[in-house]
Amino acid sequence: MNSSAVAPREVVENAVESHRGRIGALLPVLHCVQDIFGFIPREAVDLIAGAMSLSRAEIHGVMSFYQDFRSEPPGKHLVHLCRAEACQAMGAAGLEQHARERLGIDYGETTNDGQFTLEPVYCLGNCACSPSIRINDEVHARVSPESFDELIAALETED
Amino acid sequence: MAMKIYVPKDATACALGADKVAESIIAGASGRGIDIELVRNGSRGAFWLEPMVEVETGSGRIAFGPVTPDDLPGLFESGFPGEADHVLSLGPVDDIDWLASQQRLTFARAGWTDPLSLEDYRSMGGYKGLERALEMQAQDIVDEVKESGLRGRGGAAFPTGIKWQTVLDTPAEQKYIVCNADEGDSGTFADRLLMEADPYQLLEGMTIAGLAVGATRGYIYLRSEYPHCKAVLTEAISRAEQAGLLGDGISGSDRNFTLELRIGAGAYICGEETSLLDSLEGKRGLVRFKPPLPAIEGLMGKPTVVNNVLSLAAISTILAQGSANYRDFGTGRSRGTLTVQLGGNIRRGGLVEIPFGATLRELIEAYGGGTASGRPLRAVQVGGPLGTWIPETELDVPLDYEALAQIGGMLGHGGVVVFDDTVDMAQQARFAMEFCAVESCGKCTPCRVGSVRGVEIIDRVIAGQDREFNLEVLDDLCDTMIEGSLCAMGGLTPLPVRSALSHFPEDFGD
Repeated sequence: MNSSAVAPREVVENAVESHRGRIGALLPVLHCVQDIFGFIPREAVDLIAGAMSLSRAEIHGVMSFYQDFRSEPPGKHLVHLCRAEACQAMGAAGLEQHARERLGIDYGETTNDGQFTLEPVYCLGNCACSPSIRINDEVHARVSPESFDELIAALETED
Repeated sequence: MAMKIYVPKDATACALGADKVAESIIAGASGRGIDIELVRNGSRGAFWLEPMVEVETGSGRIAFGPVTPDDLPGLFESGFPGEADHVLSLGPVDDIDWLASQQRLTFARAGWTDPLSLEDYRSMGGYKGLERALEMQAQDIVDEVKESGLRGRGGAAFPTGIKWQTVLDTPAEQKYIVCNADEGDSGTFADRLLMEADPYQLLEGMTIAGLAVGATRGYIYLRSEYPHCKAVLTEAISRAEQAGLLGDGISGSDRNFTLELRIGAGAYICGEETSLLDSLEGKRGLVRFKPPLPAIEGLMGKPTVVNNVLSLAAISTILAQGSANYRDFGTGRSRGTLTVQLGGNIRRGGLVEIPFGATLRELIEAYGGGTASGRPLRAVQVGGPLGTWIPETELDVPLDYEALAQIGGMLGHGGVVVFDDTVDMAQQARFAMEFCAVESCGKCTPCRVGSVRGVEIIDRVIAGQDREFNLEVLDDLCDTMIEGSLCAMGGLTPLPVRSALSHFPEDFGD
C-alpha cells in the first residue's frame, strides 16, 4: 500500500489490460489501483475513465457508493471496528468509545502522524468470538480495551 | 514417521491466535527433536474451542483446545503431541459431544481436511456429484435438485430446483451461475466457514449448476470483509483449473465451465441478488425491479442462477448421495439440514448443523451453553439485522421456515445472536433504522429517507417526547417502508423495530 514510487498511468494501464474483455471490470480495476496506492488518486480516475470509455462522473458514482473505495490516502494501518449486532452483544459500543479516545479520531479520520485510519465495519463473520476488529487484513477476536491498546502499541513500536 | 498435527487456518481461529500456535508447535517440536508434519486444516466451527489443535493417532484424532501459544510449553511437558494428560485435552475428536451430536452434511468435511488439497476432498466423497452429473441430462439434474426439496439458504428460502428450471427453460446463447457469497448478516459465518474449510464443494456445486442449466460461466461474488476467504478461493480455483475440473473440457468431457472470483467493496445491499448483479456489472449496487427475474434476465440481461454458498455447496452432496437421502432429513417443507450460527453473547458459539426441527431454546442451551457473560438471556435476534427479536419467553419455537414465519420471524441465513439482560432494546430498534440508513442503496424513498426519519422518531420516543404520537408515526413509517420498498432492506427493517417494541415496550419508556 501507499507505494508512491509507481506512476498511476502504469498501474491503471496494467489493471485495465488485465481485465480487458471481462464483464463489469470497473470494480476489479478500482480494487487493483487501491491495492497499490491505498486509495484511488484523482489522476487515476481520469486515466480509468479514458481507458474504459466511462465518464469521471460514472466512476465517482461507483466509488462513492461503496464503503471501501477512498479518494484520500488512508493512514498506514486501517483499523475497522465491527459495529454489528453480535459485537454489540459483547460490548462493541464501549470498545468503539475506547478506540476513538485512544486514537483521538472519529470514523473516517486519520491520526495526525498518519499511522491509523478508523473505519466502521458491519460484520467480519467472526460473530462467535465478539467483539471483533480488523487491522489491515488481520482479524482479531474478543477484543477488550486492553487488548486493543496492546495491538495499537505493537504497531506503533513496529515502525 | 512424522506425526500429523492439525491447526486450523480459519479466520476465526487465526483471530484467536492460530498462526502463532502453529509457529510455536513447529518450534517446540523441532526443539525437542519430535518429527511432525503440520497441516493447516479448516475449522469444524466449534469456535469456542479454537484454536483447536488435533493430533493424528493410530486410533483417530485427538484434540486440544482452546490452545494459546503460552499453553504450548506445558502441553509439550505433559506429553503432547502424544496422549497428554492436560487440562486442554479434549480427547478423541469423535467424542466431542458438541460436534458428535450434530448431523453434518454440508459441513461433513470441515476440519477433517486440508481445504486446498484436492486429494483430501476426493478422499471424502468430493467430485462424486460432478462425475454423476456429467453423465446425466440437464433436466435430470434439475429434477434431482427439485426432488431434494432444497430451498435457498441465503435467506429467502426459494426452492432451488424451480429457479434452475426457469433458467434451463429460458433459451439464450450465454447463461450464468452466480454465487452470492456476500454474507453480510451479523451473526452469520456459515458461508465463510464453508469456503475456508471446504472450497471445492462450492466449486463443484457451481459446476454442476452450470451443467444443469447450460451455463458456461460462473462468478463468486465475495464480500471484501473476508480476506482469508479470498486467499483460499483464489488458490482453490487455480488448483481446480490445473486439475481440469474448471475451464474447458471438465474432467475430460466436452463440457466447459469457467469460474471467476469477484470481490465486493463494502456494501451490505449487494447481498440482495439484483443489487449484486449490478455490482458484478461494475455499477453502483442498486436494487432492480422484479420482474424480470434474474433467472430470465439476470447478469448482463442473460438467464442467471443466483444462489447462496450453502445452497450451491449442498448440490454436491445431493448429486453425490441422491435427492432422497437429502430429503430424508428435516421436517414438513424444511428439508435437509439446518445450519445455525450461534453468535453474540454466547458461551459456546459456532456452527451447528442439525436436522430441522430443534427449538431455539434447545440450541441455545444444549449447544450454546447460555450467555457468555453468565447473565440471564433477554433477547435473541434470528435471521440477521433484518430479523425479528425473540424474547426469552418465546424461545421454544422450532427453528424451521414455517414455524418462525408463524411468530412473525424468519430464519434467514440462520444467524442466531444472543443478548443478555444488559441490552437496551430501544437502542437496538434505533440501530436497525440506523443500519438501514447506512446501507440503503438509495433507490426507494421509503428506505432511503424513511430509515433516517426512523432514527429521529425513535430518538424522540427514547427522549419521551410526545411518546404516543411518535409511536403512531413510527408505526405508520414502518407500514410505508414495508409497502414502498423494492427489496428486503427497506421492507424488513421494520421487523426488528416492531418486534423490539412489541416484546420490550418497557425499554421505550412504557
